[in-house]
Amino acid sequence: MSQSNPVPASAGTFSADSGSRRPLVRLSGVSKVFSNGTTALQNMTMDIRQGEFISLLGPSGCGKSTVLRIIAGLGDPSSGTIEWPTSGHDASGKALPEISFVFQEPTLMPWATVFKNVWLPLRLKGISKQEAHDRVMEALEMVGLAKFADAYPRELSGGMKMRVSIARALVTRPKILLMDEPFAALDEITRFKLNNDLLHLWEKFGWTVVFVTHSVFESVYLSNRIVVMAARPGRVVNDMLVDAPYPREEDFRTTSVYNDYCRDASAALHAAMDANDHL
Amino acid sequence: MKALEEQEQVPAPAILDEPQPVFAPRDTNFERILKFVIPAAMLLLLVALWGWYVEAYKVPHYILPSPKRVAMSLYDDWGTLSAALLVTLKITFTALGIALVGGVGLAVLMSQSRWIELALYPYAVILQVTPIVAIAPLILIYAPSTQSALLICAWIVAFFPVLSNTTQGLKSTDHNLLNLFELYGASSWQTLVYLKLPNALPYFLAGLRIAGGLALIAAVVAEFAAGSAGAGSGLAYRLLESQFRLNIPRLFAALILLSFTGVLIFAATSLLSHLLLRKWHESALKREN
Repeated sequence: MSQSNPVPASAGTFSADSGSRRPLVRLSGVSKVFSNGTTALQNMTMDIRQGEFISLLGPSGCGKSTVLRIIAGLGDPSSGTIEWPTSGHDASGKALPEISFVFQEPTLMPWATVFKNVWLPLRLKGISKQEAHDRVMEALEMVGLAKFADAYPRELSGGMKMRVSIARALVTRPKILLMDEPFAALDEITRFKLNNDLLHLWEKFGWTVVFVTHSVFESVYLSNRIVVMAARPGRVVNDMLVDAPYPREEDFRTTSVYNDYCRDASAALHAAMDANDHL
Repeated sequence: MKALEEQEQVPAPAILDEPQPVFAPRDTNFERILKFVIPAAMLLLLVALWGWYVEAYKVPHYILPSPKRVAMSLYDDWGTLSAALLVTLKITFTALGIALVGGVGLAVLMSQSRWIELALYPYAVILQVTPIVAIAPLILIYAPSTQSALLICAWIVAFFPVLSNTTQGLKSTDHNLLNLFELYGASSWQTLVYLKLPNALPYFLAGLRIAGGLALIAAVVAEFAAGSAGAGSGLAYRLLESQFRLNIPRLFAALILLSFTGVLIFAATSLLSHLLLRKWHESALKREN
């Protein structure tokens, strides 16, 4: 990173003063009812503070992906509001948050090289290939794929494709990174490795992350706050803090603290699912 | 990236041990030679069999000419035949060209507006499903010249595969990628150029391969239906003329020219498709298991 790049506050400071800041995003009474009558999300209220790593944990159908999409502005809520108190707004008063989104699939353009895929968000803003070159390479370097800039997606393994997808999300230097079960389709070894790499990057750059997952272990390992959700209708049933220090390395997975949090999160998840045990 | 390297607590992600897909090596020289030798040998064998049959059973040349007679006719009548071939080629490629522009243009238009699609698509289908031989007489009446009538016929036939395939390609864009473009505030023009058109390319090329063959067929069929004659007529007329005059060697020669042209068009469109897709599309990929 060059000196001129605006790097968000480092992660080391978030826990001390994040509570005192205005939230980055505020969801108030957000509900979403689909046109077929399904209530995907009911009355969700949540503050997302700068620098938090939040996991949305829940069974399928609990609306966790819906929350993410609503935050991203892909589809409006049926009721309730989403505020961005710290972001700029355009002339019509619409918030212009700096969001990046990582989908469950790598979602790369197969006809474009790795470089061009990562360049895309900048290209859409009218930044030429030359101007974007350093930023794209920097993003690729972050995920360890600088050598593969000229490769096509089909030449990469599943984990590498996901890294490209993450590089594309990071190239815009977002304030908030929304991740929709990004590692769910990967094998466990690759997933653990990507978990570690993601954490290292987050510790370094300190963006805010909202991470959707159905894995208790993944959510405890990564996040400092877990929002447990239940299905039918999708709603929040528990909001717990994971008060374990970063940096977390592989050995964190075998500590008793990790174990305790996993048990708690698991219990919360089961409580959420028991409410629907007739299914 | 200096800062990143200096930060020792951020280890560089170790990923190069992840398995990458394995691709089959390109054909060996031997395989590549065989690819040409086998079809060529087969062709020689068939022609030899044909020559032997005509010779052994003394088949009269007005029923089945020997390969040698056909070759001689091709050589002797080259002036007439090449002029006719040129006319047919001109109609075929002009029709194909207009079909490409029109087909892609209309497909883009229909993908941008549901209303335009609802209004126009049924007519494109009607044009396609009505046999061209049945419309040809009508077109002959309305068109200013026979040549333009043939062109219209060939265009109608070649147009639909391009339109229908390109439309399908534009519609089958990955929804997540569309969401991504929306998220990054892409204009509909950017979405079209950077996402929908590249995505539709393989579909379009498949349509092009069908349209290339169909344009030639339609150019010939329309000429049959039009019954054009004299100077400025294409290979179809020469075929009919040879049949009336029982000049069967020339009929064969014209036929060979036609199928050769068809094969060339197919090979050219396949090559184009291969060149454009070989880097990324599954269809141009050879995977080793």
